[in-house]
Amino acid sequence: MNVTLKVWRQKSKNEPGRFVSYAVRNVSPDASFLEMLDVLNVELVKKGEEPIAFDHDCREGICGSCGIVIDGRAHGPGRGAATCELRMRSFREGDTIVAEPWRAAPFPVIKDLIVDRTAMDRIMYAGGYVSAKTGGVPDGNAILIPKPVADEAMDAASCIGCGACVAACPNSSAMLFVGAKVSQLALLPQGKVEAKRRVERMVDQMDKEGFGNCSNNYACEAECPKEISVTHIARLNMEFLKTTVA
Amino acid sequence: MKLDSKIPSGPVEKKWDNHRFNLKLVNPANKRKYTIIVVGTGLAGASAAASFGELGYNVLAFSYHESPRRAHSIAAQGGINAPKNYANDGDSIYRLFYDTVKGGDYRAREGNVYRLAQVSNSIIDQCVAQGVPFARDYAGYLDNRSFGGAQVSRTFYARGQTGQQLLLGAYSALCRQIDLGTVKFFPRREMLDVVLVDGQARGIVARNLVNGEIESYDAHAVVLATGGYANVFYLSTNAKASNATAIWRAYKKGAAFANPCYTQIHPTCIPQGGDYQSKLTLMSESLRNDGRIWVPKQKGDKRKPEEIPENERDYYLERLYPSFGNLVPRDVASRRAKEMCDKGFGVGPTSLAVYLDFGAAIKRLGKHVIEEKYGNLFDMYHEITAEDPYKTPMRIYPAVHYTMGGLWVDYNLMSSIPGMYVLGEANFSDHGANRLGASALMQGLADGYFIIPYTIGDYLATAKFPAVTSENPEFKAAKTELDGMVKRLMSINGKKSVEEFHRELGKIMWDNVGMARTKETLTRALQEIPKLREEFWQNVKVVGSANDLNADLERAGRVADFIELGELLARDALHREESCGGHFRVEHQTEDGEAKRNDENFSYVAAWEYAGLEKAPILNKEPLSFEDVKPSQRSYK
Repeated sequence: MNVTLKVWRQKSKNEPGRFVSYAVRNVSPDASFLEMLDVLNVELVKKGEEPIAFDHDCREGICGSCGIVIDGRAHGPGRGAATCELRMRSFREGDTIVAEPWRAAPFPVIKDLIVDRTAMDRIMYAGGYVSAKTGGVPDGNAILIPKPVADEAMDAASCIGCGACVAACPNSSAMLFVGAKVSQLALLPQGKVEAKRRVERMVDQMDKEGFGNCSNNYACEAECPKEISVTHIARLNMEFLKTTVA
Repeated sequence: MKLDSKIPSGPVEKKWDNHRFNLKLVNPANKRKYTIIVVGTGLAGASAAASFGELGYNVLAFSYHESPRRAHSIAAQGGINAPKNYANDGDSIYRLFYDTVKGGDYRAREGNVYRLAQVSNSIIDQCVAQGVPFARDYAGYLDNRSFGGAQVSRTFYARGQTGQQLLLGAYSALCRQIDLGTVKFFPRREMLDVVLVDGQARGIVARNLVNGEIESYDAHAVVLATGGYANVFYLSTNAKASNATAIWRAYKKGAAFANPCYTQIHPTCIPQGGDYQSKLTLMSESLRNDGRIWVPKQKGDKRKPEEIPENERDYYLERLYPSFGNLVPRDVASRRAKEMCDKGFGVGPTSLAVYLDFGAAIKRLGKHVIEEKYGNLFDMYHEITAEDPYKTPMRIYPAVHYTMGGLWVDYNLMSSIPGMYVLGEANFSDHGANRLGASALMQGLADGYFIIPYTIGDYLATAKFPAVTSENPEFKAAKTELDGMVKRLMSINGKKSVEEFHRELGKIMWDNVGMARTKETLTRALQEIPKLREEFWQNVKVVGSANDLNADLERAGRVADFIELGELLARDALHREESCGGHFRVEHQTEDGEAKRNDENFSYVAAWEYAGLEKAPILNKEPLSFEDVKPSQRSYK
């Protein structure tokens, strides 16, 4: 199939970017969107032009590296899939496809479609853990966890940290990302000990990084490649509220 | 080179305990005076860096990713083994040890494997304490499932995302240390060389991938946890960025490279769709429990599978192996599929696939049963291929997905360079010639949480450390050399892209050094690879600038290293005149097509020593001895 790719090109953080259009010819409908970019990049290299920079790694929707806003949607059309899982057959012959980086103030563009998402790591540094040191822990079966609780914690823990929730949110809120971790650890007995300190510190860091608050738009859930529920934002709010009343 | 494995003496179950007692300790107050560099922050690297930080060492951790959570460990699906015997089915440390030595086709060290089995139980406890949401039963206890190569249920899992959850657990421990300031994390840095001062590893030189700066970092010890080299085949199930540059550059600085020819192929991957294909996707092997594998009896039959009547189908595994049928071991299933395709019976657009048909199982058990068992996998297949496996057979083909070989390490996980340690898939240590399922996660975390924190202390406590900073001439020389290499890559301005060179290398490797190796194909590879290397350095085209983020330049260096590694891999495969585990020489097989070992002549670790680019590497042998598990012919009958 033949498509036109209108893609954001930006040399570096401090230089202005612009859209550039490329004609992509004879791409297989079975190719993934990123493979289409690979093919285009080889052509660009051969012409002596710089290839389009984009983050990617596992190409199986689990590492969270890739993230492109495609035709206005984080990770493109469809639900429950990361950019790398998107196939060209999702588009039609002759389509013009618009590809942009995540757009959010806490995610400065590094180059083209690559943004700096280390703000999300810094939120994790602030408390996204149980302070269990290596060694000196009880037997795994000494901590009993009801299956429904373990399952719900796993739902939250499946977050791949891609940042689509932030990119999709009109308020650039990271509350689904933060909520997923706070919720996972608040659900589990291992995480309850530090629950108060954790949520305080993580929310504080989230604010410092410049992420907005949740405005109940729910675009985050709609675009999350792991379809993580906004219920976890509710639990984040509850955990945060508990710190103010207890 | 003298290789001393440092395996402690005494009975196998006492070795680690005795050794731990004999290791020298660093006084708690002195630990912060020692700096340890950890390169790579996957399961092994993140768990090691976090554990070092907890002990009080000063840790510098490096990753070419933006975040430790992106490491390829995250993609592991199945699970992690531990002989907890929670299932009350007769499991024990000794049984896991036995299964692993046997599964590795008697090419691993007994001492190492026993220790791995010993510490594996602690890994589960550690991960639970971190909040890893392992699967639970309705009573709230940890659930287990069974996995290939074992007759007990010892695999712990978190849905089909066990690697992700274990990595996020190690990442969380690392986050805590970063917050406490014991670990400093350097994102988007690619280690390009290890720096030796007076023969000791004293630091690294890394490229800042955002601004192109070559940066120097000094330390008292260097730990590499940089993963495997399956991408030497271009198409593999490894992530796109997975590469061998760190271990390869270390090899060229004097670290021995052990058993590079031990590569593992997985039989049930989604086949290549076309020339654009960038990587392969693995589907769980459990599919073979209900799927029947076949090809058309007629060569080049282009009819749709549904249109091919029963009597014109060749269920070749059932025909060749009446007792095991579709459940023959991984390597046999893989080789037979390749053989069918090579003979012209392959199916699909590229003719490089065989059918895995669930028609009979759906008829027998009903669609709902198949859906319950394999729903996720069927959905994934459907999404990638746009074909509905409930209606038409799946197409499958084998793919490379793990490498057992790696840098040689002793019992302390130290390479042949003093002060340089290697963990996880990057080392060669525990899987012998073949790794069992659910053992990769186990080894990465065993190395990082429970082995290296002990053994590195002994070195730091006993070695002498002359004052060294990154201003030392050795660092400056390394930086100058790398600046020169970058300039050279940028200035060739040839006609072929890095991508094309990598694909070409992959084709040479897959065709000649893949699943079925012969003297002839290996000799051919050893002629073609040096030619490709020569062409690369004359005709590669790298565009853009060396002073900003340049993925093309990053890959150019990695592909250059892969080309050299490919040559060593082929050389190792040629020298090993036997078949064992993941190394199959067509000349050496039993009547049933099983791998035929030659214990008399090849019961050793082949540790290759770099001698210069145009010179043949030197082969060093570390003999293997088996006192507890008697080598026997691996049989599936």
